[in-house]
Amino acid sequence: MDSLISLWEWLGENLIIIQILIKIVLIVAPLMLCVAYFTYAERKIIGYMQVRIGPNRVGPKGWLQPIADAVKLMFKEIVIPSGANKTLFLIAPMLTLGPALAAWAVIPFSDGLVLADINAALLYVIALTSVGVYGVLIAGWASNSKYAFLGAMRSAAQIVSYEIAMGFALVGVLVAAGSLNLGDIVRAQQGQAGFLDWFWLPLMPLFLIYFISGVAETNRAPFDVAEGESEIVAGFHVEYSGMPFAVFFLGEYANMILISALTALFFLGGWLSPFHGFPVIGPALEWVPGMVWFFLKVMFVGFFYLWLRATFPRYRYDQIMRLGWKVFIPITIVWIAVVGLAVVLEMPWWFD
Amino acid sequence: MTFELFVFYLFSFILVAAALMVITRRNPVHSALFLVLAFFTSAGIWLLAEAEFLAIVLVLVYVGAVMVLFLFVVMMLDIDVATLRAGFINYLPVALMVAVVMALEIFVIVGPGNFGLDVYPSPPPLPTDYSNTEALGSVLYTVYMYPFEIAAVILLVAIIAAIGLANRTRSDSKYQDPSLQVKVRKGPDRIQVVKMEAED
Amino acid sequence: MQFDMPSLIPVLPEAFIATMACVVLVVDLFLKQEQRIVTYSIAQFSLLMAVLITMATSTGDSQIVFHGSVIRDTMSDVLKVAICIVTAGAFLYAKDYLRDRDLFKGEFYVLSLFAVLGMMIMVSANSFLTVYLGLELLALSLYALVAFDNNSGLGSEAAMKYFVLGALASGMLLYGISMIYGATGSIEFQPVAEALVSTGMNNTVLVFGLVFLVIGLAFKFGAVPFHMWVPDVYQGAPTAVVLFLGSAPKIAAFALAMRLLVDGLGSLHADWQGMLAILAVLSMAVGNVIAIAQTNIKRMLAYSTISHVGFILVGILAGTSKGYTAAMFYSIVYAVMAVGAFGIVVLLSRKGFEAEQLSDYKGLNDRNPWFAAMMLLIMFSMAGVPPTVGFFAKLFVLEAVVSIDMVWLALVGVAFSIIGAYYYLRIVKLMYFDKPEDQEPLTAGMDTRIALSVNGLAMLVLGMFPGGLLSVCAAAFS
Repeated sequence: MDSLISLWEWLGENLIIIQILIKIVLIVAPLMLCVAYFTYAERKIIGYMQVRIGPNRVGPKGWLQPIADAVKLMFKEIVIPSGANKTLFLIAPMLTLGPALAAWAVIPFSDGLVLADINAALLYVIALTSVGVYGVLIAGWASNSKYAFLGAMRSAAQIVSYEIAMGFALVGVLVAAGSLNLGDIVRAQQGQAGFLDWFWLPLMPLFLIYFISGVAETNRAPFDVAEGESEIVAGFHVEYSGMPFAVFFLGEYANMILISALTALFFLGGWLSPFHGFPVIGPALEWVPGMVWFFLKVMFVGFFYLWLRATFPRYRYDQIMRLGWKVFIPITIVWIAVVGLAVVLEMPWWFD
Repeated sequence: MTFELFVFYLFSFILVAAALMVITRRNPVHSALFLVLAFFTSAGIWLLAEAEFLAIVLVLVYVGAVMVLFLFVVMMLDIDVATLRAGFINYLPVALMVAVVMALEIFVIVGPGNFGLDVYPSPPPLPTDYSNTEALGSVLYTVYMYPFEIAAVILLVAIIAAIGLANRTRSDSKYQDPSLQVKVRKGPDRIQVVKMEAED
Repeated sequence: MQFDMPSLIPVLPEAFIATMACVVLVVDLFLKQEQRIVTYSIAQFSLLMAVLITMATSTGDSQIVFHGSVIRDTMSDVLKVAICIVTAGAFLYAKDYLRDRDLFKGEFYVLSLFAVLGMMIMVSANSFLTVYLGLELLALSLYALVAFDNNSGLGSEAAMKYFVLGALASGMLLYGISMIYGATGSIEFQPVAEALVSTGMNNTVLVFGLVFLVIGLAFKFGAVPFHMWVPDVYQGAPTAVVLFLGSAPKIAAFALAMRLLVDGLGSLHADWQGMLAILAVLSMAVGNVIAIAQTNIKRMLAYSTISHVGFILVGILAGTSKGYTAAMFYSIVYAVMAVGAFGIVVLLSRKGFEAEQLSDYKGLNDRNPWFAAMMLLIMFSMAGVPPTVGFFAKLFVLEAVVSIDMVWLALVGVAFSIIGAYYYLRIVKLMYFDKPEDQEPLTAGMDTRIALSVNGLAMLVLGMFPGGLLSVCAAAFS
């Protein structure tokens, strides 16, 4: 053990790139596993909500289902449509997955446990999530197919619109926390009242808007007009098969987990214990590591994604646009002003 | 060659190559995508210059918003490249001359003679806890507050101008008015179930 | 930074116009088409109030506020008042024209007020950054105004040309500014001027910076050889917009040149004098000669603008306070003349008919002797016939260059004004000695009649008593 630690320190001093690469693998590999089992969770949860059992054939209780799916997709043929732009057609899925993974570089799993502790982390996250739209856009265009193109157009307009609401919601967080560093944002939510100290309460409208915009941003139901299987078959990835399709699939779920993690960091106190400062239960749960709380919160938010999908019918396109531009953006602007006032007046008990 | 120098030359090479591709590609979508690449690499160069706020905002605004909308439009347009290139040969001599003159000028002016390291030595690296964003914000809202406000007004004018020029209300377009939908009351506005005697 | 009153009072006129533009924007939303007159009234009221506020807060000495971004001096006060008055005149003439063509919309007034704001910012700018932003605010509003008539293909084309060339000019200007910043290390005028005194002109960066700056300036002025956009924009834009675009921005352009060249780069006078001389001679020559060949009055007035710009540049390049006074006098007088001339064009136009051809002015005397007389005065003034004010404007400018021993330039100016007199007097000839082709009676509201009369007679009155305006202009450079 000691020799491992000293090897690690030696790496940090001499071959920092190797050390960073190991860290990246340590983050990405479990993340991919999470993504795989998130699909399983989705099928199971929605199954129970619809009074069915869901996958239960591969392995005990269907636990190996995601592995089987992955193996199946890997061995499928990659079909490239005639007249498609081959390079762009293959780059597109990577452009969806890449940013969703890269954003994890600045996510703190626990106090100080972060790959890159940069000051402008919040901006970095917004910038990277805004790049994700290229995957969809290029996929739609490069497929040389009407359905795919329609899906790409819908999704590009939708993502750009909701990005504004999302960005404004984050401005509220940044004003409240007074920092762009994700760790500092979480630390700003620390207090003696446990979960009542977190930003979800004073920033309630922004919290809801951020999460709903996040759902729209990831093209999930009820905002999944980009896929719209009843109208345009499967939208932007209608022409994809095999591994490229799998990468799209991974990208979508990785994005969902990312948005859940960000929601947990911005509004639900990241790694903080929800009962910190409470009598009896607070000290009793003090031993739980922060990372566990963080994962629980991510799962909690992720569950909402699935719940929404099982509950709501798809929005009509003009209603999506109306919701984004005429409802969300005005509310966020108003609430930024409210938060600004609260911070200036040092309103108790979040901002004093 | 230090690591920084290597990264600089790498990014500069990609940047110049991408910029060249932007103007030489026949397909406008490819041009736009190469422009995205150019923005990315210039953001990288800005990061090297310790301007991380500007670098990230470049990606956020230009790559994440402007170019997406640009691609959006370019993909929908059916641009006939052949007619666009019709005058290419005719204009080439003039364009070439202007380009050469500009390039020479830039070389003479911005070259090492006037802005080299002996005239402007590279600034000492900033401490790690230095926040670029904070520094920018603190001058923007104090020293440069007046220009900042004017810039805000310019953006307002841009919105007004864009809407004023593009907004044509068509008489035959159908739309829903949610505020009217919400006001619907039981009775005259809604469907009524009428009981009728069966007729033979 | 605290918002203390001493720093806010000097920018009160700008703040007021900005606020009122937003008020117009919001109020207009709630008006029906037949109530649109309210928008117009608010716009006029805000211009009037801006004039009063400028006068009331004027202190007579120069104040620099907002960390050196803004300067409030006599020149800025006088020019702001002139800009507001000329714009108010343009609004007044434009009202009926817009109403007849379904263009009577709130956006016209909002955009125009923002353009006025841009001009005011330029006029009292004290750093390259502020000048540039004011210029962009003005230019952006004007691009949109030129394309204001959605259904006019010519208008869209003109706006496109204006936009592309304007953006190019802004690029040049910005490139020049960045070089000057590189050479001096500042973007405020006073530090730049101090740095220039110590470094002098042997810096190549500075030379190129100055060249780009002057090119950008010439584009914005519409001076030859950067004048290509002027005739097309004047012809393509709705006449109501040309009324505004062709008048007040010339005052702002003068201020732009003064701020950049005199306040910022005053010690490089010897260098920019030569460049301006070339621009001035070419502008006077090309403007006056080509105007003769025009049959469209808007194009003709566009070329006439170019020639007048030449005269304004002559005044500036003199580099003495006498020259600056003359140039300022000239630009204000030109703005008043231009608004009057286009006012007549607007007056002669009616629903479904644009009085754009020279032949439309035939026999104006038979149709309405009073308006013909007003047009006569304006044309005489533009040509520089004594005793109208145009004569004195030219006289002061020429006097200023003669006093710095550039007699040749004065002679060139005189020669080209004589050539130019031909096409102004041709309109007079058409009005008085030709039979009218168009027999429609001229209709105009009482406000337009009074304004036009005041405008025309001002040519004469100012010409007889030029001392008042001249002393106001001279006070700015004492």
